[in-house]
Amino acid sequence: MTRKSRRLILIASCGAVLALALGLILSAMSGSIVFFRSPAEVAAQGVPPGTRFRLGGLVKDGSVKRGPDQNVEFSVTDTNATVPVQYRGLLPDLFREGQGIVAEGRLDAGGVFRADTVLAKHDENYMPREVADALKAQGRWQEGGGKETPKEAVKPASADATLGQRSER
Amino acid sequence: MIVEVGHYALALALALSLVQAVMPAWAARSGDAALREVAGPAALGTFACILFAFCALTYAHVASDFSVQNVVENSHTAKPLIYKISGVWGNHEGSMLLWVLILALFGAWVAGAKASVPPVLRTNVLMVQASITFVFVLFIITTSNPFARVAPAPLEGNDLNPLLQDAGLAIHPPLLYLGYVGFSISFAFAVAALIEGRIDAVWARAVRPWTLIAWSFLTLGIAMGSYWAYYELGWGGWWFWDPVENASLMPWIAGTALLHSTVVMEKRDALKVWTVLLAILTFSLSLVGTFIVRSGLLTSVHSFASDPSRGVFILGILALFIGGSLSLFAWRAPTLRQGGLFAPISREGALVLNNLFLVAACATVFVGTLYPLLLEMLTAEKISVGPPFFNWTFVPLALPLLVIVPFGQALAWKRGDIAAAAQRLLAAFALALVVGVVAAALTWGGPVMAPVGLGFGAYLIIGSALEIWSRARGYGQSRTRDLGTTWRRAVGLPRSAWGTALAHAGVGVVVLGIAGQGWATEGLATLKPGGQVAAGPYVATLDRVGPRKGENYEETTAFLTLRTKEGDAVGTVETGKRFYPSRRMTVTESGLKTVGVSQIYASLGEVMPDGSIGLRLYHKPLVLLIWIGALIMAAGGGLSLTDRRMRVGAPVKARAKLPPAAVPAE
Repeated sequence: MTRKSRRLILIASCGAVLALALGLILSAMSGSIVFFRSPAEVAAQGVPPGTRFRLGGLVKDGSVKRGPDQNVEFSVTDTNATVPVQYRGLLPDLFREGQGIVAEGRLDAGGVFRADTVLAKHDENYMPREVADALKAQGRWQEGGGKETPKEAVKPASADATLGQRSER
Repeated sequence: MIVEVGHYALALALALSLVQAVMPAWAARSGDAALREVAGPAALGTFACILFAFCALTYAHVASDFSVQNVVENSHTAKPLIYKISGVWGNHEGSMLLWVLILALFGAWVAGAKASVPPVLRTNVLMVQASITFVFVLFIITTSNPFARVAPAPLEGNDLNPLLQDAGLAIHPPLLYLGYVGFSISFAFAVAALIEGRIDAVWARAVRPWTLIAWSFLTLGIAMGSYWAYYELGWGGWWFWDPVENASLMPWIAGTALLHSTVVMEKRDALKVWTVLLAILTFSLSLVGTFIVRSGLLTSVHSFASDPSRGVFILGILALFIGGSLSLFAWRAPTLRQGGLFAPISREGALVLNNLFLVAACATVFVGTLYPLLLEMLTAEKISVGPPFFNWTFVPLALPLLVIVPFGQALAWKRGDIAAAAQRLLAAFALALVVGVVAAALTWGGPVMAPVGLGFGAYLIIGSALEIWSRARGYGQSRTRDLGTTWRRAVGLPRSAWGTALAHAGVGVVVLGIAGQGWATEGLATLKPGGQVAAGPYVATLDRVGPRKGENYEETTAFLTLRTKEGDAVGTVETGKRFYPSRRMTVTESGLKTVGVSQIYASLGEVMPDGSIGLRLYHKPLVLLIWIGALIMAAGGGLSLTDRRMRVGAPVKARAKLPPAAVPAE
């Protein structure tokens, strides 16, 4: 085998593997990426039923209803709009009314968000970053008791926030 | 007082590392050999100072000195001693101190390894190592001082995050850092080679043990972290493709590639420039990992105590070392003498394929981890890249690699014979097929990929065993049919051959464990005492719910009895909700029952006022194999390190030409 053809084989196999990797990344990008939506965005833009996305906001006060067999219904709000959520499974330790959460799932035909994952953070003051940003964008929530100016860089809500628990179906 | 001395020792370490970084460069200009020798003692001194600083902080934690900010924020008098110690690195400042301690430890180790590293190379390595130490100690002193005092001192501390109060997490960071930071030596070797403009088999032989040490520890660290997440976070998964997990996985993959390319370089004097680049990339990924974890840019399981303002400093460090080393590479690499090309069908050809697939897989993880961040910065659109992305990109790139592994071992250096290799692996193919078919038949109608995965795992394990077997049997004229001779030869094989086979078999064991998760089942129920929930072949009965008290928490515990579906007793399992009054935090403590290498996993949900509880029960077949396999891989690395040729500090021996009939040296 000549030096030239050896080099050719080397370059061709590099090209093939990298092309494979690139192809896989691109196809995964189009298929398996989940977008984050706040209730206001859901209300305004109308996410089609069946599209998987992450819904983030506060658990609305007085909205948590526990059904039989670990079924639970609650509403997620960013104070502008509210989306009803259904979930079956164990909720994170810090799930409670008024707490910021992120739920992943799909809207059904009736506009109810059917979640298969609910995330909350392990800190009393915690608010998921996406939720904090969404609320901040509307001027509804301020960090550090209102000291914040709108120009401040986006940062996680709590210096001590640990994504503690996630429940999955 | 001790705390101030610790702070002072850290400042001293800063100065010493500066001396260590600058003096050899000065010596190179002035040609003063004595000045060059300063690097060794300086490395030992830096290590001693940082060790003292670390001990001082540990003392403050153990003694509950609440005049120290760091202790106030992370400790509590009622905390058990082991968590008072592990609390030292259970926070940002302390963990950075541990980071530089390990950095200095490796530096001192190189300084001591006089025999295995040529003097000029050693000095240059120490110089590069010292510059990393200097910048990170500067980072600690200026942005993350663990010795900061607080006045007036509070009477009680805030306690450590309960999630981190766990034996697994006590040893996870030191192991992980030994791996992460250990790659700094490979990096320093690469940069030293670029500075010197010389790279050869001696370089490869010198760098190999260090890479292997780092790789073995990183393997252990990742496995430990994975097991901790599995039982402590209470949602039963073992890998989440979480950014922080990916941050440790990327250097591991790149390090695995580096490990293999240095072999090619040592044996065949090829892939030189590539190996240097890979060494730079591996440590760069470690730095990126540190940045991801410490900057707080990504929301993740691990983002405790993060602060974006520190992110800017670390970003600067990243730019300095990654940008600097890559520029140096671009400038100096063309001057390095290129190695030869080689036949595609050969051991080195297979190792190149290994490198290709590993690097491609690493790239997909890199894209999946950093793309969401980039997109958010550019478009403010928030996305989450989760397991579906990685399953679709990483897995198809990892599978061909698994096929290649036994082949690569069976091929000879220089010119391999693929048909002969396939023939040698015939038994592995056949047995793997049998395993897959039997598994599929037994679980007909179940998941498709699980039996396939079992087949892959079996193929890797048997392939590794066959490699040892056929090498012990010998080739050509020296081939033997005598079992006694085979045994003696197997015992006489180089340790690195056993280490390689063991590590590859470990990969197979991990694959078996992952495949087993295809059959994982779970049950979810609201239970009152006497109620039952089933998962797979097991049924759990709730006996009672009661309170229990720990040193610094109160627990509500559900006591369960496990039986098989047929009614045979299996044992008991307890799961609880722990309330830590110091942080006013509740943490679910999962209950595990191990049956063979499978586990039954119970996780307690809400405890209702009427005494009923929510309970999730998982059956996780073969799950322990995932971590056992990782242990085997690390043990393989360790075994290779005991090889005569790999020992750090062992005399460098010119490799004798092997007679053609003898087994090819690994």
